[in-house]
Amino acid sequence: MFNLFLLQLLNGAQFGILLFLVAAGLTLVFGIMDFINLAHGVLYMVGGYVMAMMMGATGNFWLSLAMVLPLTLAVGLVLELLVFRRLYDRSHLDQVLATFGLVLVLSELVRILWGSAPLSVAMPEMLSGSVPLAGPMRYPIYRLAVIGLGLAVALGLWFVIARTRVGMLLRAGAANRSMVSALGTDINRLFMLVFAVGAMLAGFAGAIVSPILSVDPGMGDSILILTFVVIVIGGVGSVKGAFCAALLVGIVDTLGRMFGPIILKSMMDPAAAAQAGRTIAPMLVYILMAAVLFWRPAGLFGRTVAR
Amino acid sequence: MTDTLLSVQTLSKSYGALKVTQDVSLDVHEGQLHAIIGPNGAGKTTLISQLSGQLRPDSGRVVYAGQDITRLDMAGRVRLGLARSFQLTTLLPSFTVLENVALAVQAREGSSFRFFRPAAAERALNDQAMACLADVSLADRARRLAGSLSHGEKRQLELAVALATRPRLMLLDEPLAGTGHEEAAHLVEMFGRLKNRVTMVLIEHDMDAVFALADRVSVLVYGRIVASGLPSDVRADAKVREAYLGEEAA
Amino acid sequence: MTDVTRTLAPSRPRLAGRLKLALCIFAFMAVVPPVAHALGEPFLIVVATRMMIFAIAALSLDLILGYGAMVSFGHAAYLGFGAYAVAILSRAGVNDLFLQLLAGIAASAVFATVTGAISLRTRGVYFIMITLAFGQMAFFFFVSFSALGGDDGVALTARSTILGMPWLQGAEGMFHTTLALLVLAFAGLYRLTLSRFGRVLTGTRESALRMQAIGFRPFPYQLTAYVIAGCLCSVAGVLLANQAIYVSPAYMSWHRSGEMIVMLVLGGVGSLTGAMGGALLTIALEEGLARFSEHWRLGFGLILVAVALFSPGGLAGLLRRLNLTRDPK
Repeated sequence: MFNLFLLQLLNGAQFGILLFLVAAGLTLVFGIMDFINLAHGVLYMVGGYVMAMMMGATGNFWLSLAMVLPLTLAVGLVLELLVFRRLYDRSHLDQVLATFGLVLVLSELVRILWGSAPLSVAMPEMLSGSVPLAGPMRYPIYRLAVIGLGLAVALGLWFVIARTRVGMLLRAGAANRSMVSALGTDINRLFMLVFAVGAMLAGFAGAIVSPILSVDPGMGDSILILTFVVIVIGGVGSVKGAFCAALLVGIVDTLGRMFGPIILKSMMDPAAAAQAGRTIAPMLVYILMAAVLFWRPAGLFGRTVAR
Repeated sequence: MTDTLLSVQTLSKSYGALKVTQDVSLDVHEGQLHAIIGPNGAGKTTLISQLSGQLRPDSGRVVYAGQDITRLDMAGRVRLGLARSFQLTTLLPSFTVLENVALAVQAREGSSFRFFRPAAAERALNDQAMACLADVSLADRARRLAGSLSHGEKRQLELAVALATRPRLMLLDEPLAGTGHEEAAHLVEMFGRLKNRVTMVLIEHDMDAVFALADRVSVLVYGRIVASGLPSDVRADAKVREAYLGEEAA
Repeated sequence: MTDVTRTLAPSRPRLAGRLKLALCIFAFMAVVPPVAHALGEPFLIVVATRMMIFAIAALSLDLILGYGAMVSFGHAAYLGFGAYAVAILSRAGVNDLFLQLLAGIAASAVFATVTGAISLRTRGVYFIMITLAFGQMAFFFFVSFSALGGDDGVALTARSTILGMPWLQGAEGMFHTTLALLVLAFAGLYRLTLSRFGRVLTGTRESALRMQAIGFRPFPYQLTAYVIAGCLCSVAGVLLANQAIYVSPAYMSWHRSGEMIVMLVLGGVGSLTGAMGGALLTIALEEGLARFSEHWRLGFGLILVAVALFSPGGLAGLLRRLNLTRDPK
């Protein structure tokens, strides 16, 4: 039982790391630019498809992964230049309209280019085995590598945000948006940078998850909503909050699906418990979010809203 | 001496290390116009916001008509007769002038959980609103959209809305700011007329207006009251001249 | 001051224009069945019914989004409550439309009261996302409800009955019932937006601070509007289930909520008529584009992006600009 718990805990952490990679850029976009971007999940999907395409062309995992970064960065830049830039000072509604439109366009483009059927990406050989966990349980190396890579990215982001000039601007912007413009910085370049790097991180997440999950046109949707949950729980604009919330959501979701029915079974008859467990488990993270917002309307690490 | 209507007792508020209100105490007497003056950044608007309930003080008490209202929210204070006008206008731009005032009448008269009858057809609302507009000489603008008014007219409307809540005490935050010479004179004359009906706390930069209208003047510098008293005494106070009036002259 | 109500005249022409446009929409809809028969294209009646069902849904969203400035991204949940009220009751042998409407409305009222009370503690981006999350919560609830078909949904055996009569069985009965409910919904909301309650709601949209400064606490009014909108949307859900004779969680996916916002923004928010126009236009675009290509979403998405970039305010904004250039005041 304990081993199973440990295994699921690792799975939850790995899922949480992925959520963090997608959420990191988006929380800054929300926080600093007050911009509603529904198209962020699509960038995660694009990362997955670019990875699959590159793997098909080169067969080399690491080379493909290296190619995903500049390509998704470029996609982010192009979208920023063509669409997002013109919408910063518009209402949330116009932003919803435009980015919802982009979701439709990009998802459909992917369907046209690669079809609707899921694609799979082969795992690199050096990471394909598994290592012994406590007792007879083993854990796939690749998933551990995902956790490691994610933590490395988180550490890098922390360094940029805590120690560099750009990071200082980002922190100032998240705390008080008008302050950034008061500092006389080139806002447009800062925004572009945030967007492009955010796109790259989401694409990176889509790429490294592709050997575990399959790549399909719906993958962006499901992660987008959970990313929102992460951002709201962590507090809009806080990368630290996104990190903590991502792990929390990843672990709660994974453990809830696994242990929810088991716990319920100890309280009611098995058939009802199975149904109730199946019903409640996917709702768990949303209940968590509602609870967090009930006590802290600005999220765990958000600036308190003046009322 | 008349009765104390509003009593502020050792009010303090800080933003981090910045003390915006320090130990402020003052009494506003019923029927008087109490002006609060002070240089920019002295914390005048912050003080008014605490009196109106928009901001919570860190410590101290606000007592209105014998009742401790320190923890009461803005809407609650308005219902007790404590109205406020804003420095930056917060009128409803897509409402007409009349609708802006009628809404304030509606707030105190009858339930607003009425879903069917058009509010525009309620004579009682409109008549009272028109009376308030007449008070501030804005009746001829009743049909215009509030967003289309001139700056001075917006200040007048702001007053009419405050009056429509039937206040016993009005907190006026720089009602003359940004108005032209003529408009200002017009508003000053209006305050003179209102003085008999409503107690007022007035924050103002225009010294001529302050000394023409005020029964009492308090001087706020860096969140502290440095002088308080009759206008003539305050004008003569050396500390005030140094801290404030001198700065004006320079 | 002889006639104070006349002093409110400035908003009259705007209102009258809106009302006229709405009547045009109703009249246009009313002639669809005979025209469709004359053209030998009876499926047009089905399309028009769909349009009107979504027009009801868009109207309900306009109340909170357009008049109350509460951008709810989980409104499709209420479509689902209405639809599942039909599915669950008809399975239990209750086929009466009014009872089903009542059940859908009651379920929506409860859900909207609870989630609205929590959501309204937040503002701006947070509100958008928390309503989205509550919508997803409802979505996953029905997805995992295996007794009702889960992800695949469930087919109904027949459409609902009205007072025991099978009036909804034919396409025209369905059409006319929907039209009647649409007119009722519009008239009710039109009156509501002009009422005391509507004024408080609209005032809060423009400045919550001002409302507090004249003695209103916005929360109960916003929550009431949120509940009314949810209940009305469930009416559209009941109709949708009847029209499709099929119910699935897809009705309540976040795409559906996004699509409802799209309808509003396309038609112009806060005018009721715009909401109806936007719904009609959106469904027409979807149906029209789908006839050209299975990849119609590409074109639809491009149109949305273009409207957002080049025509802020949607159709209403476009009309207003045309009007301004023609008749500068």
